[in-house]
Amino acid sequence: MRRPPLLVAALLLGGCSGEQSALDPAGVHSGAVLHLFGLFFWICLLAFALVIAFLAVAMLQARRVDAAQSERTEHDAIASRLLRGWIVFIIVGLLILTLGSYFTDRNLALAAPDTGQSNRVPIRIKLTGQQWWWQVEYEDPNASQQIRTANELHLPVGVPVHIRLESIDVIHSFWVPNLAGKQDMIPGRHNDIELLPTRAGHYRSQCAEFCGLQHAHMALDVVIEPMADWLKWRAQSIQPAKAPAGAEEKAGYAYFMEHQCSACHSITGTPAFGTVGPDLTHFASRPSIGAGTMPNTRGHLEAWIANPQGVKEGNHMPYLAVPPDKLHALGAYLRSLS
Amino acid sequence: MCSRFLAGSTMMAMLLLSACQREQRQSSGQPLAETAPASVQLPSVLIAGSRPAPTDPRGRLYEGNAYFLNEGQRLFEQFNCTGCHAHGGGDIGPPLMDDEWRYGGQMDQIVASIAYGRPNGMPSFADKLTEQQMWQIAAYVRSMSGNVPKDVASSRADELASTPSLTRTPRQPIRGEAGGGLQGVAP
Repeated sequence: MRRPPLLVAALLLGGCSGEQSALDPAGVHSGAVLHLFGLFFWICLLAFALVIAFLAVAMLQARRVDAAQSERTEHDAIASRLLRGWIVFIIVGLLILTLGSYFTDRNLALAAPDTGQSNRVPIRIKLTGQQWWWQVEYEDPNASQQIRTANELHLPVGVPVHIRLESIDVIHSFWVPNLAGKQDMIPGRHNDIELLPTRAGHYRSQCAEFCGLQHAHMALDVVIEPMADWLKWRAQSIQPAKAPAGAEEKAGYAYFMEHQCSACHSITGTPAFGTVGPDLTHFASRPSIGAGTMPNTRGHLEAWIANPQGVKEGNHMPYLAVPPDKLHALGAYLRSLS
Repeated sequence: MCSRFLAGSTMMAMLLLSACQREQRQSSGQPLAETAPASVQLPSVLIAGSRPAPTDPRGRLYEGNAYFLNEGQRLFEQFNCTGCHAHGGGDIGPPLMDDEWRYGGQMDQIVASIAYGRPNGMPSFADKLTEQQMWQIAAYVRSMSGNVPKDVASSRADELASTPSLTRTPRQPIRGEAGGGLQGVAP
């Protein structure tokens, strides 16, 4: 019976750091907000401690009702001095909090890459939320340099990122707690958010606006890496998909192109150019399947294709009745798309 | 007094329960009442002198369900039906909102048109859509001309519409419909 409180405490502490935590900043914006959070926390903690202390003193004093008259007046004088101090504390404390908020807000606005404070050209990304996955498009004036992928966001350390947020169906919300605050994705208009990552790592973003049945399974893998690694990823992602090699992969390729798969999914360099579902050009290099629902392994992939509604019920991929041998072939082909 | 109240509340409860069926979802498994793959009847157009084929009972299940209509509407956009039929008004493809049908306006006839294509440009979607998706699109197509139950149709169009939504207007009889309709006869 003694374990639950310990467990709760461990869980609370565990929440402070990690791949989805605003208290473990990996970007300029979340770092500034964390400082502000610390300021608020310590001032409010002090106020709380003082209130509790006054209350405790008052309760102890209340027991001594039979105190002498002279003692009472002496106490009243102390109390009135303390009250004056309390008023000064409230005024100064609120002033500090207000000024802290104001300057943090100004700093965040200046950290925006568009104001030209940073000497690097920002990376421009269009992020489209849909039920229940994310379409990620790296924009470039040169069409051959554009990248389209899904449910993964690769960013280099130290380069500002400008993300244009859109939605095609309902309101979603983009939130990488380790990098910055939330920003809604609203159908029919666009919102913008700026990020400036400072630390490499693997982080997780989760849709932060209830968007339907599978809102909980709408996650985005955010990989922040050193510039060299990011350039390598980019060069790889611009390439068209690998041609199928073995007999099994070729059978999978043929099935993909001849059946419903290619009507919704696109694979660059093949006749598949559907735009309804996620792009699969470099599917095997992604960490997860179904917008963070399952790890990207061949077993999970084939389970997903066999019954897309089994794990993530209600998603828009229909049941396809793929015969078992074709299922394995599809698994082999898609896992070869690194 | 008491029995009246009881009867009234029972009726209200029944009404509320019936509303649950309006958008019951079937997201997994085989299409509704599916027996065999591609069981869509091929040419289901009435040819003079022949007896009409019995209508597929699945049609009623699909067109009586708000969820399927909604999915059909989404797929209608995503598979670019609007490219030829516009939003039902017709463009290089025939209009779909006038309740006049070249190849039949029953659910299974529309599914056959989608699955196998039709002369003069309608492509086949047999290997692009699953059968369940074709039924969903057919139900949405029928809703454009006011042929689905009113409580199921969407109360709001995603695109500009020249007429109020189906749930707001009584359906106007369209010419040639007086005697139960001539649906299925090619003009």
